[in-house]
Amino acid sequence: MTEITKPIPAVTPEMEPFFAGAARGELWIQRCADCGTYRFPARELCATCLSAGATWERACGRGVVYAFTIMHQVYHPAFAAEVPYAVVIIQLAEGPKLTSNLVDVPASEVCAGMPVEVVFERYSETVVLPKFRRATNGASAAVAAAQRPG
Amino acid sequence: MSLRDKGAIVGLGITPQGKVYDHNAVGFAIAAVQLALADAGLSRDDLDGLLLNPGISWNDGGLGSFQLQQAMGLRDLRLSCTMNAGGATACAMIQHAVQAIDAGLCTTVACVFSDAPLKPPRPKTDGKGKGEGSAAAYAFSRGLDAAYGMFGINARYATVAQRHMHLYGTTSEQLGTIAVAERAWANKNPMAQFHETPLTLDDYHRSRWIAEPFHLFDCCLVSNGGLAVIVTSAERARDLRKAPVYIRGMGQGHPGGDPLETLTSGAAIAKETAFAMADVTLGDIDVVELYDCYTFTVLVCLEDYGFCAKGEGGPFVADGKIAPGGTLPVNTGGGQLSSFYMWGMTPVSEAVIQLRGEGAARQVAGATTALVSGNGGILSTHSTLVLGSAR
Repeated sequence: MTEITKPIPAVTPEMEPFFAGAARGELWIQRCADCGTYRFPARELCATCLSAGATWERACGRGVVYAFTIMHQVYHPAFAAEVPYAVVIIQLAEGPKLTSNLVDVPASEVCAGMPVEVVFERYSETVVLPKFRRATNGASAAVAAAQRPG
Repeated sequence: MSLRDKGAIVGLGITPQGKVYDHNAVGFAIAAVQLALADAGLSRDDLDGLLLNPGISWNDGGLGSFQLQQAMGLRDLRLSCTMNAGGATACAMIQHAVQAIDAGLCTTVACVFSDAPLKPPRPKTDGKGKGEGSAAAYAFSRGLDAAYGMFGINARYATVAQRHMHLYGTTSEQLGTIAVAERAWANKNPMAQFHETPLTLDDYHRSRWIAEPFHLFDCCLVSNGGLAVIVTSAERARDLRKAPVYIRGMGQGHPGGDPLETLTSGAAIAKETAFAMADVTLGDIDVVELYDCYTFTVLVCLEDYGFCAKGEGGPFVADGKIAPGGTLPVNTGGGQLSSFYMWGMTPVSEAVIQLRGEGAARQVAGATTALVSGNGGILSTHSTLVLGSAR
């Protein structure tokens, strides 16, 4: 029996550094070359200063659960065995937010503010995606200090 | 020059709503315009403007207003546009109609929404029967979101509601109070899809989770149908069949930024413009018809219009004040949660019904001024109308 795979995102040219980094086990995000604001996903211009200059940098991989939802319905057969599962919005220590999943955290234990750190999961031969696990104790304090207020 | 009282809604057309399958989206639009024209005592030859907000089932919706013009044989229009600002479109269409009429571009504009995303029931050969009434049309997702199982608008909106709960202590019970209140209104509205079905707070809590913190009854219906209003100048309105509903004030607000951080709609911005034009305060508002894609949207917009402070929407609704018999009648036809989902046309239509005094069992006695909102995306776009039965 063929296993049903989860939807695999297309590796677009603008997001190539993100996917290449993930394939190496690293989380890479875009940063404005002028004002230094980090952003994710990739955009043509910085929404803060409108500069077109951008670099890619490796993020530290730590963050917190900013918000989440627990999905109870099945919209794709590959998730049928996982409901209810959590989809989380992670705020990285660098500032940007990204959608992801947690590993080794039951949906009932997900809470806002939970410190997390990145791990990687292979989706296909070419596509590897970041997910997050509960941060080890040492990482938590550093992340809490780095988070922007609000 | 202010647009206060320059325009009026003179015709309202609502087709059968919900699990009705006798038209495609274009057909429902035509039926709605015909009903609205008949309501106003006008014919299609009187129309010289057409604004359309196509729902998700329109083919090639970008030229929808032209499709609709051709389908109903409208000639020599002086205004035509297909508009989309999500749930804010309905009020925005009416605003642009008044602007065009006041500027002398045209005289009589049909503002239309229609959709037919629901498919007729199929034999339940697979034992699941997912065809009828399925909301799957709105569960689209792509790219990274799909890879992580974040499907549809429900899921993303749910994260914003969760954030509100986390920051302000808003509870599921409080969201449920909104669902129960709107259902009680729907039970008084014969056109409502849930007219015959009561809802208790226990029912709400027992309803299945969609995307926590949203239960099934936190989410709006998905409806087939069409809804149109006819807008003309206040002067022309006086000679028509129905009592005019005057457009006293209008405004829009599109805050930008990240709704997870702001937890705020564009209502405060839109209200400032609309209330100044109409020269009203919250105390002048008799009925409130808020865009309710979710219970949570109602709660946030009550905050943003200033009925209560930011973060206090939960306690504000908890005493049932927005239900029938309460001190603040909100979504008096049952809203999009319990009546039907014609994007922002649902609240517009209910305001017209209330201000005409046609609400029958659900009529709010003495209602002369209504606040109507439209809200699109995830607290992304917002439009406001202040409507009145007198100038």
